[in-house]
Amino acid sequence: MAEREAILPLRLEGVCFDAGGKRLIEDVSFGLRAGKRSVILGPNGAGKSLLLRLCHGLLSPSAGTISWAAPEGAGRAHRQAMVFQRPVLLRRSAAANVAYPLRLRGVPARERGARVEEALARAGLGAKSKQAARSLSGGEQQRLAMARAWVMAPEVLFLDEPTANLDPAATRAIETLIGDVHASGAKIVMTTHDLGQARRLADEILFLHRGRLLERAEAAAFFSKPRTAEASAFLKGDLAW
Amino acid sequence: MVTRRIFLAGFILAAMTFPGLAAERSIVVASTTSTENSGLFGAILPIFEAASGIRVKIVAVGTGQAIKLARNGDADVLLVHHRPSEEAFVGQGFGVKRFSIMYNDFVLVGPENDPAGVRGLTDAATALARIAAAKAIFASRGDDSGTHKKELELWRAAKVHAQAASGQWYRETGAGMGATLNTASALGAYVLADRGTWIAFANKGDLGIMVEGDARLFNPYGAILVNPARHRHIKAAEGQAFIDWLISPAGQQAIADYKRGGRQLFFPNAD
Amino acid sequence: MNDITAAFGMAFAMLLDLDRDLIEIVGLSLRVSFLAVGLAVLLGLPLGAAVALYRFPGRTVLHALLTAFMGLPPVVVGLVVYLLLSRAGPLGVLGLLFTPAAMILAQCLLVLPIVAALSAQIVADLNREYDEQLRSLAAGPGQRLVTLLWDGRFSLLTAILAGFGRAIAEVGAVMIVGGNIAHSTRVMTTAIALETSKGNLALALGLGLVLIVLALTVNLAVLALRDAVRPSHG
Ligand SMILES: Nc1ncnc2c1ncn2[C@@H]1O[C@H](COP(=O)(O)OP(=O)(O)OP(=O)(O)O)[C@@H](O)[C@H]1O
Ligand SMILES: [Mg+2]
Repeated sequence: MAEREAILPLRLEGVCFDAGGKRLIEDVSFGLRAGKRSVILGPNGAGKSLLLRLCHGLLSPSAGTISWAAPEGAGRAHRQAMVFQRPVLLRRSAAANVAYPLRLRGVPARERGARVEEALARAGLGAKSKQAARSLSGGEQQRLAMARAWVMAPEVLFLDEPTANLDPAATRAIETLIGDVHASGAKIVMTTHDLGQARRLADEILFLHRGRLLERAEAAAFFSKPRTAEASAFLKGDLAW
Repeated sequence: MVTRRIFLAGFILAAMTFPGLAAERSIVVASTTSTENSGLFGAILPIFEAASGIRVKIVAVGTGQAIKLARNGDADVLLVHHRPSEEAFVGQGFGVKRFSIMYNDFVLVGPENDPAGVRGLTDAATALARIAAAKAIFASRGDDSGTHKKELELWRAAKVHAQAASGQWYRETGAGMGATLNTASALGAYVLADRGTWIAFANKGDLGIMVEGDARLFNPYGAILVNPARHRHIKAAEGQAFIDWLISPAGQQAIADYKRGGRQLFFPNAD
Repeated sequence: MNDITAAFGMAFAMLLDLDRDLIEIVGLSLRVSFLAVGLAVLLGLPLGAAVALYRFPGRTVLHALLTAFMGLPPVVVGLVVYLLLSRAGPLGVLGLLFTPAAMILAQCLLVLPIVAALSAQIVADLNREYDEQLRSLAAGPGQRLVTLLWDGRFSLLTAILAGFGRAIAEVGAVMIVGGNIAHSTRVMTTAIALETSKGNLALALGLGLVLIVLALTVNLAVLALRDAVRPSHG
């Protein structure tokens, strides 16, 4: 494959987002470069999901700019993927769900089969490829959403609490998949409020509170020595939101 | 994907198996509900079709609508029963020539208890005048059909302005002969009907013939080929072949032979 | 009433011995309505989905028209199609008047607004659920339309069956443009109208019962087919 222009880094400059007459994201600025696993941490309602949606382009900022290195036309939308907290699966078989983004991207049918099979196998769903996606269990659905994201070979993968409501085994399976995607060279940007998960996966932490980015630090530094009072309260489990 | 293909294939298959789309020699005849409802066509058309190989498609509507269809060139032959309209049709150049085919007559039908006391009269106008005087319910076709036009002539002869009582004792159904007979049967109303439809009608209830035999109740049918000079697609040869057959000894005999309950419904009268 | 019991007897007898005329009429009814609905589906599903998904000038008006036309009087449609197809009309040269094709066209126009308006609703609802996911996957407008139609297929089936019910049951339009010609354009409903006008009320009602059985059978068959397919595709 020919070397493409990189889409990262992603830059947010003074980004605000208003809805319902309220400012929900307030003057957030940061950059995301390739490589690191960046974890957005913060209490319920801090604005983590909004921030991910803004980065992914599903929401437009009310003020400020969001810019990628690659220009609009470079197939930017096709080079990133997002796994939602509650993924929407198509009313089709598991395999058809994984094949779907490949079809959208014009991958010829004869290439799709093998890639779909591999993605399902990695997600541990090889035996369920023919099953209706919506009849899968919650954890299986989450893994299917991961497989669907993985098959696109995205350069950036956004994950919004990918393991909320999952049992420990399913959580481990998802975390392994995230590790695989990262190992293949993709940038990982995810939210979580599972501190254990953040410790296991994060290279760096972006700490969000009431719509503001309060702190950004290497994971080890953040967990051992948070700089703000809010962050240390959050880590101790007594931050009031 | 597979299901989609099956649907499509079934669809195409269904489209191809249309029997009516196959090429065949056929003509469209615009005619009246009275002739169709009486069953006459069902009896005589197979004889013509076997002899000529021409399919005759009858569109049975009121005389007014039949003439409109023929004017627009939507029928090859017009076969109706209102002589003045037929002559006007030919006179205006829409039709080639009128041929007398057959006749039957109209009868004034009414409820057994005969509230207007018209049973046995031989003067239709007098009978209508009595119905009006008694304000007995009268069901009119009200649809510009041959029968309706005849009825209006009779009201004029009786010097009654029946439409002034429309919605009261004078009820205009705006429907075909059969539908109007159904209405009359339900209301116990008087109604003017052609004898053919009356005899074949199955839902008589307590209706019966009250008045018949008046010369004014004569009901002649004529056939006209729609003028091919006006509409190039008119199947003149086939249409004329049908008319020629109707007035031929074979056609006239077929009409005379059609009976319901042992009674002849139409009387051939070709010149 | 006597006629009603007689009608049940007649309907039963007709279904048992299936005489040739009845088969012919039933066959034509089914073919005309199937093709009309098929055509209406080919046009109406994309139209309904487009109204639901795309912003274009006149969209609101079109949506209102489709919804209002769900209740279009069949005779009016029949008249319009007659005026179009009459030899004196703009499409007269086609010679389609008093043929099954004319009946298909008329029924298609009757069914189209039903299929389009209902599918617009179904697609709009589904789009609300799918919107973020499809945007995230970078589905284009055309891809989105196809995806929503396909994923809404089981709900859309109900819209299609509603259209079929309308087509198979209407009499006003096919009477005018088909002409109720024996062995050519006579269908169940026009045959019922004819027998009613002949005063054969029991026979007419018997045919009506057969028509109901027919519509019911088609609905049950379609729903059974759906349930047979559904588990494996979700
Ligand atoms: N469209 C909207 N209108 C009004 N308020 C909104 C809207 N969307 C989100 N919010 C509010 O914005 C805040 C941030 O929402 P967001 O979903 O980003 O929180 P979060 O950090 O992801 O929380 P959680 O950890 O519970 O998922 C919440 O208080 C939410 O109620
Ligand atoms: Mg959230």
